[in-house]
Amino acid sequence: MLGRTANGLFWMFRYLERAENTARLLEAGLRMALTRDLTTAREEWRSVIATLGQRARYEAIHDDYDGPSVWNFVLRDKSNPANIRQMFGAVRSNARVARTNISSEMWESVNESWMKLDAMLARPVSQGAVGDVVTTVRRAGTQVHGALDGSMLRNEAYHFARAGTYIERAESTARILDMKYYLLLPSLSYVGSSLDSGQWDQVLRSVAGASAYTWLNAGEIDSRGIVQFLVLDERFPRSLAFCRSALRENLAALARLHGQDGGSNELMRSADIQIANTTTEEIFDQGLHEFLIDYMARNAAIGEAIGEDYRFLA
Amino acid sequence: MGDTSKNFDEMRHSDGSVRPAYNDYCDWFGDQEPAWLKRKNSEADESFRRTGITFNVYGEDEAEERLIPFDMVPRIITAGEWRRLTRGIEQRVRALNAFLYDLYHRQEIIRAGRVPERLFRNNAAWLPNMVGFTPPGGIYTHISGIDLVRTGPDDFFVLEDNARTPSGVSYMLENRETMMAMFPDLFSRVAVESVANYPRRLARSLAACAPPKCEGTPRLAVLTPGIFNSAYFEHAFLADQMGAELVEGSDLRVVNGRVQMRTTSGYQPVDVLYRRVDDDYLDPLSFEPDSVLGVPGIMDVYRSGGITIANAPGTGVSDDKAIYSFMPEIVEFYTGEKALLPNVETWRCADADSLAYVLDNLAELVVKEVHGSGGYGMLIGPAASKKELGDFRVKLEANPENYIAQPTLALSTCPIFTSKGLAPRHVDLRPFVLASPNGIDITPGGLTRVALKKGSLVVNSSQGGGTKDTWVLKD
Repeated sequence: MLGRTANGLFWMFRYLERAENTARLLEAGLRMALTRDLTTAREEWRSVIATLGQRARYEAIHDDYDGPSVWNFVLRDKSNPANIRQMFGAVRSNARVARTNISSEMWESVNESWMKLDAMLARPVSQGAVGDVVTTVRRAGTQVHGALDGSMLRNEAYHFARAGTYIERAESTARILDMKYYLLLPSLSYVGSSLDSGQWDQVLRSVAGASAYTWLNAGEIDSRGIVQFLVLDERFPRSLAFCRSALRENLAALARLHGQDGGSNELMRSADIQIANTTTEEIFDQGLHEFLIDYMARNAAIGEAIGEDYRFLA
Repeated sequence: MGDTSKNFDEMRHSDGSVRPAYNDYCDWFGDQEPAWLKRKNSEADESFRRTGITFNVYGEDEAEERLIPFDMVPRIITAGEWRRLTRGIEQRVRALNAFLYDLYHRQEIIRAGRVPERLFRNNAAWLPNMVGFTPPGGIYTHISGIDLVRTGPDDFFVLEDNARTPSGVSYMLENRETMMAMFPDLFSRVAVESVANYPRRLARSLAACAPPKCEGTPRLAVLTPGIFNSAYFEHAFLADQMGAELVEGSDLRVVNGRVQMRTTSGYQPVDVLYRRVDDDYLDPLSFEPDSVLGVPGIMDVYRSGGITIANAPGTGVSDDKAIYSFMPEIVEFYTGEKALLPNVETWRCADADSLAYVLDNLAELVVKEVHGSGGYGMLIGPAASKKELGDFRVKLEANPENYIAQPTLALSTCPIFTSKGLAPRHVDLRPFVLASPNGIDITPGGLTRVALKKGSLVVNSSQGGGTKDTWVLKD
């Protein structure tokens, strides 16, 4: 397939994943804001914007962190080039670029979701409607992934789509965790029940892992447990370890199909060493923040290398 | 204008009885609940939007995607009518190819004094770098669209030849898909020729024109200006259905004397390029130097047998409206037969006598720009105001060779579905014609465009026209 088309598929799925993750983050923020006092709510909205890396842009036009300003900024404000409406537009235009390499089912699910979202986000979103928007974004993700799974050949197109998904998902989970890493430091003040379970509940919700975590840990929330779950648990589909092994498989498949083993696979192997056989103790010894920064840098480098290996750009 | 009652209606005789072509359809239609039909009609749009069959329109701010309105009453042609039409179309397309070959070689037709040299010498579509070169397989118009109008039971006329990159074939295919999804039982009651294999026939036809340097199975690619082009949907659709790569100029590069595309495993040669990019933008080294839509050096590769370009560069010289007026002579010159499909009577304003006639009868005529398209820049005399007629007269006198004139035809009508029931509207027809060394291949069907406004004669989608599914009945 064309390098440009591969690039289209890769970014189509990165943007889809990004839109979905952003929506989850917003959803968790909404819930938090509803259950907390005004000051905490403001703090939560600030942290949503910070996790998205958009503080400077947000503060350039808003004096305060209130719900409607934040969700409209995240969902549709033109002043935020990374708003969900734009992201979904990017999903669709990349799908158009890759139109000849995706199934009609997949194209139609992207196109339909886009039509729906674009209409929902054409005007400012009210408190009553924001939940619907978030649900629509999540469902769009589920639907497109379902179409990918059920209607696409397992050829290079499929693996580029999956590679984009896992690169983006890993980045997102790592960022969310990094935003709150200070809460997790095993310092003397945070032991056992003194951990702010509301904050952690929110983090788990942002990665769609709240009930899975509860189920696995019988409701106990502690630093070790959370790091174990979000970083190392290979059963959880948004954990860093899961994303990395899924990425590894897809890169290996691409290398096989192309009969070449380029820079991306080489970076992958060295990145594997970072996470294989690591324990939560070792991560805390190294420093969670440092660990995450290193993880994200490697993740980004693998993403770049995929583009070079498979000639995404002229 | 306005009154369509005297025009030939394709569904009904003037006494209201149904013509044979529409018998089965009308039986079916009569059996359906009106309310259900109305609901179906509104569902059609939704289905087009979902599949993304849209074209882009650029406003001031953002690109807007529009649907070409679809009318759910089919336009029906009998097997006998179609056989007659295809003979005429085939003859015409053979003549067009022979004409192009001749123009770029010995120019016998000019030596014979049948077509004046000035017609193409001053024509921007004439490409001197095609002179003396024969495209692979000797084919110039791999794909053409011949626009037909009808005025009576046996009276079909050619309104226009489209020999560059005719568009609209995706509508022929998707309109049928939509109709079959909406009314499956209808197709079990009426036997209609299938159009669905057009993309395969196109792929086969293009592959038969592979260039000398092609090795093995020819690799096809569709060249699009990109996702912002108004017909991008069609480009992607055709590439997908043909199993061809959909490429942009930036994907292509000349490597080792071949045009090659950048794939995930390196550069690979393209054998046949179905380009949906105009001649001017095809090769910045040969034509428009600032073009980023084309491939630098592709013309050299072409001339050395490294690639087939479809349609061949320079075919535009054969399909403008000044050449059109000579088509009866052209057909006769190359086929030795009278043209089976007549032209619409045409006055060339470049001739003093014709100009005088046109100026005298402006209010009855349709006047078109020689190089115009899309229904722009034309005057429809009977519909024009005094002031419009006056303004046009000035333009015409200032630059007569830029215009041709035709009588206002009593175009046939075919009913459309409206909230108040069926209503007659004017239609035209564009069958799609493939040419290869294996012969001329015409898919039974085509694009029917319909003027949705009552009494309007303009069927162009840019000016409020819609489309219909076109049926050719089986024998």
